Amino acid sequence: MTARTQGILIEFTEPDGLLDAVRRAREAGFTRFETFAPYPVEDLEKVARRKPSPVPGIMLVAGLLGALGGFFLQVYAAQDYPVDVGGRPLFSWPAFVPVSFELGVLTAVLVGIATFLVRAGLPRYDHPAFAVKRFARASSDRFFLWLRDDDPQYSADAAQIFLDALKPESVTEVPA
Amino acid sequence: MISHEPHSRQTDVPNPSRTGMTFSSITADISHLPLERPRSRFWWTGFLVAFAGVMALVASIGWLFLRGVGVWGINMPVAWGFAIVNFVWWIGIGHAGTFISAILLLLHQRWRTSISRFTEAMTLFAVACAGIYPLLHLGRPQFFYWLVPYPDTMGLWPQFRSPLVWDVFAVSTYATVSLLFWYIGLLPDLATLRDKAGTRLKQRLYGLFSLGWRGDGRHWAHYERLYLTLAGLAAPLVVSVHSIVGLDFAVAILPGWHSTIFPPYFVAGAIFSGFAMVLTLVIPLRRVYRLENYITVRHLELMAKVLMAMGWIVAYGYFAEFFDAWRTGDLYERFVAANRATGPYAPWFWALMACNILAPQLLWPRALRQNTCVLFGVALAVNVGMWVERFIIVVTSLHRDFLPSSWGMYHPTFWDWTTFLGTIGLFVALLFLFLRFLPAVSMAEMRSLVGEKETHV
Repeated sequence: MTARTQGILIEFTEPDGLLDAVRRAREAGFTRFETFAPYPVEDLEKVARRKPSPVPGIMLVAGLLGALGGFFLQVYAAQDYPVDVGGRPLFSWPAFVPVSFELGVLTAVLVGIATFLVRAGLPRYDHPAFAVKRFARASSDRFFLWLRDDDPQYSADAAQIFLDALKPESVTEVPA
Repeated sequence: MISHEPHSRQTDVPNPSRTGMTFSSITADISHLPLERPRSRFWWTGFLVAFAGVMALVASIGWLFLRGVGVWGINMPVAWGFAIVNFVWWIGIGHAGTFISAILLLLHQRWRTSISRFTEAMTLFAVACAGIYPLLHLGRPQFFYWLVPYPDTMGLWPQFRSPLVWDVFAVSTYATVSLLFWYIGLLPDLATLRDKAGTRLKQRLYGLFSLGWRGDGRHWAHYERLYLTLAGLAAPLVVSVHSIVGLDFAVAILPGWHSTIFPPYFVAGAIFSGFAMVLTLVIPLRRVYRLENYITVRHLELMAKVLMAMGWIVAYGYFAEFFDAWRTGDLYERFVAANRATGPYAPWFWALMACNILAPQLLWPRALRQNTCVLFGVALAVNVGMWVERFIIVVTSLHRDFLPSSWGMYHPTFWDWTTFLGTIGLFVALLFLFLRFLPAVSMAEMRSLVGEKETHV
């Protein structure tokens, strides 16, 4: 046990095992743990007491700004290069709605995906957990909890006490 | 090293239709297709035939660029020929993918899970085929960028009041959003392929495209909200795109086009043709790649029901066109309606009625809906019927308009046909590449179904 570690990676075969472990980790006062699952396990984030994602709100704002920007682009174009059709107004706003809508959707989607990538910390090709061989199953049929050693609550004893209450499939140290 | 004894338990689903489907079996069944590449003789035969089509497309486009749009059959009075017929047909096919992946997701239709990935890919490739046509039809495709607002030295702007310009924004937004929606949905599955891949090259490539996805709780939290919001945006987007395609016609004053029914009627027609194409592709593929456990007869039956429902909306559209023509009392509108049913293109018109209205009625008995041969036949008929529908709309309205002295007929040329067959080749070739390199069913979403069943039942 002399090699430096970055905490322990605990493996479960069932989503319920992970949910239970997260609940206990929270009760034991751990905060800096990470969970890994092959699909979005219901209530996992709620149990982990993490804030809901801000992505939809940001997308709404971006979409509105994109639509407004598109609208004013068209209004400006109609004044800058006036086409007089039988004296009809240059500010023909109903004709500008479709393009404004499309640009709103496009902006919302681009900003939403950018926000998702930034918030989720992607792309990131190196991660301590990748050094653990068993972790390859995290994307298929296993559920993992990484108890990080930089958590203020973390110590070898605290980890052992925490583990005693669980029935994990395996426990591996994450190499530094 | 702290270690515990492994104790393995099966994560079975207590659902008779999916007996024995587990987290690991889903990964094994689906990742096996891109990683092990079974049925390689089928794949190579299909791909090479389709690739011959791609070559025909390249040759047709090359000839078109050398000689101009005169190599096609378009002329006065029918200036919108195959290019527009095929554009509308392809983009309509694409819409079923978005309908299945976005609208059915928002409506909590769980059965969409097995087919959504495949149909999203279909959308993408159909939009790619569609997008080629308006550019080729420009005549001077090198100036396509004139359609985009950019600070030019001529002080010109695109005409933002024209539906043709709306189309540029609608189709390019739709293509971008479809691609990104599909790619974001692929991230977790690309990570699975990275972790399952046997060779270094595959690990690297799948790893590169998975962006380092590792199923982190925060990844999933943002991903789920993002995915749902994208679906919420894609749903009105798909309606807007085909409504705008409908407006391309309806805003013109031409009899047979100038009708308020066009936008909704076009949207229904798009979903109708798209579901027909999904069935046409899925029925053979589920058998060849042994995906019958994932894409079950129940899935086919549900799609058949959607097909029938959409068929009736489309039938209402046909009825409304004739009713409007009669009700307006307009001489020209009435003439176009009568000319469609009895004029020189009458055989096309009646073929359209047979394919789009009569053929789907075969599906009323459950036994026939569950018969894959019948269903496949009906789906093919609808594909043909929807192509003929666009042909009728484009050609019959144009060929005899207000002035009898300017009447004429439309004669598609050899290059019209090779371009059309070429895009079919491109579409099929892209689908084959997709099947070879990417998971055809979303593994992450299938796991969600298994996981939820387990905790709630």
